[in-house]
Amino acid sequence: MTVMSYLGAIGAAQREAMDADERVIIFGEDVEANVYGTTGGGKTRTDKGDFVQMYGRNRIRNTPISEESMVGAAAGAAMTGLRPIVDLSYSSFLYMAMDQFVNQVAKNRYMFGGQASMPVVFRSAMFYGLNTGAHHSDRPYPMFMNVPGLKIIAPATPADAKGLLRSAIDSDDPVLTFEACILWGAKEDVSEDEFWIPLGQARVAREGTDVTVVAVSSSVPESLAAAEELAAEGLSVEVIDPRTLVPLDRDAILRSVAKTGRLVVAEPAHRTCGAAAEISALVSEEVFDALKAPIVRVTAPDMQIPFSPALEKQMYPNRTTIGAAIRRVAGFAPAPTEAELALAPR
Amino acid sequence: MTGDQPEKGDLRMEDLSTETKLEMQRRMLRIRAFDERASKMVKRGHIPGTVHTSIGQEAQVVGATMALRDGDYMTGNHRSHGHPIGKGSPLGPLMAELVGKATGVCKGKGGSLHLADFSVGSLGESGIVGSSIPIAMGAALSASVRGSDQVALAFFGDGAANQGVLYESMNLSGVWKLPVVFLCENNQYALSTPAHTVTSGVIAERAAGFGMPGVRVEEGQDVLAVHAAVSEAAALARSGGGPSLVEVVTYRYNEHSEGLRLGTDYRPADEREAWLKKDPILLFREHLEGIGVSPADLDALEAEVLQEVDDAVAFTDASPFPDPSVAFDDLYTDTEYAA
Repeated sequence: MTVMSYLGAIGAAQREAMDADERVIIFGEDVEANVYGTTGGGKTRTDKGDFVQMYGRNRIRNTPISEESMVGAAAGAAMTGLRPIVDLSYSSFLYMAMDQFVNQVAKNRYMFGGQASMPVVFRSAMFYGLNTGAHHSDRPYPMFMNVPGLKIIAPATPADAKGLLRSAIDSDDPVLTFEACILWGAKEDVSEDEFWIPLGQARVAREGTDVTVVAVSSSVPESLAAAEELAAEGLSVEVIDPRTLVPLDRDAILRSVAKTGRLVVAEPAHRTCGAAAEISALVSEEVFDALKAPIVRVTAPDMQIPFSPALEKQMYPNRTTIGAAIRRVAGFAPAPTEAELALAPR
Repeated sequence: MTGDQPEKGDLRMEDLSTETKLEMQRRMLRIRAFDERASKMVKRGHIPGTVHTSIGQEAQVVGATMALRDGDYMTGNHRSHGHPIGKGSPLGPLMAELVGKATGVCKGKGGSLHLADFSVGSLGESGIVGSSIPIAMGAALSASVRGSDQVALAFFGDGAANQGVLYESMNLSGVWKLPVVFLCENNQYALSTPAHTVTSGVIAERAAGFGMPGVRVEEGQDVLAVHAAVSEAAALARSGGGPSLVEVVTYRYNEHSEGLRLGTDYRPADEREAWLKKDPILLFREHLEGIGVSPADLDALEAEVLQEVDDAVAFTDASPFPDPSVAFDDLYTDTEYAA
């Protein structure tokens, strides 16, 4: 075990995959210079050289700023024997390649009757919560959950980032990974050995008996913090991190809610048609009888993200808003808080 | 960078054996007969939806596909029955796909707009104009990284020539020196819109901006002229010389799609007649007779191909429709559909 940051864990996974399988290649903007610290040999950018020195320019390639052709090229390469990892840097850049994602990457295997498989990974970072303004703060994973054929992961810890990325690279299906930038610096002990966390397997981040919180991406550490605070008040909160959004570990979520009878879903994406909406619907359909209280979602409002720290700070779930939601479903706080009312859609 | 077109009877053409030329004619005839039958089947309701035929464009298709090797890749567009046929795909599973049968090349999931036959390097057609261009480039990237000598060819029309993704792909394949041929099938109309009214300059000349060869084949109804131009581009790609753009001027005889009836006549009345006079199959039959192939042999070839299409339809008719449960297969390699 060694202490790894979230970004360091991604770098380790990419390095292991490049070593393990010569069909793995990486391309994207600024990957040669190891700008983000995920395409280098060591824990820091200058530590042990970069992937260009390690693997050569045949397998690690800078691209022009041409997302549509990058994504299409990855699809074509994946259908003909390679396993590309495409670094798209910001998640909002994915929109530039929407046709390729929706019409080619997601559909080709199906519409060609299974003749093709599409072993390709698209990495992107969600820069929300960092005062980058409306163009760089997107959390667009729910849009892609609406596209059959894609698999979607949103790791919340360094260990999950490493283990899920290895599974994503080994998957014969296309995987989009959404990495929250505010988690980049998170550190924990991570095995230096190779390991794989299966796609579609949720993690019980904290066990509890009174309320289930299903939390996505950076809402996981915030939910854990809220759970810790509420434990002092005698409330036992279970925190489930799906880790993979497609395919979703339905059983883990349903099992937990069947046990607790109360559900809060927290995620940083917009409210309408978000992952929280999907998980809420799933629970309502499948274990309605087990519910002792209405489900509460804690999400970003259906609003653009403003620049000013004074404005942006309130937009995403945090330990306070998640804690308030937990109290509410537990019957500790029957009425919505003022903060929740302010963010409620009108 | 236009010009330098090989003339008919050009010495370079003599490299092709009579056997190869007969195969060219066979494949052009297959495309013609297949699409003429498909057109009838659409009108009779035998084929659901519609189809876009390559009738009139056979020289452009076969000249290009036969300039490729068996292991080479290609991607197509919405007007793409001819591409797999030109690459040697058997007709039965293609026809069965158009009808939506279980024996279709895509198991009935693709249809006319999404034919693909990976066994001949056909990586699929795209119903989105221009969308398959970077897929071909990716196949070329794969070949390049793997150190194989495969080439990839992207078929696209004059309409797709104005999609940004083409230029992203030309730029990226240019800097990476990828073995790809961008083949513009300029049939001069994007549905009803004359290409010259929406296209600034000459498509082939745009290659110069990316530092790659650009050739315009004016004699696009001459299968040998197309074959020569694409062979040169493929050879350049195969030898590490990078991508090329080949624009082939051709003409579709039928409507944009079968059964389409537009309120206004967007093509001059005598235009089609003029193009019919340089029909690619008739032109090449004359050429073949000129090099000593007997009319009787050519008649027999035509009869054989008609029989092949009859057989493909019989195969289709004898095939079952897929079980409805099959609609839920093939989305992922390892994940069941969760209702």
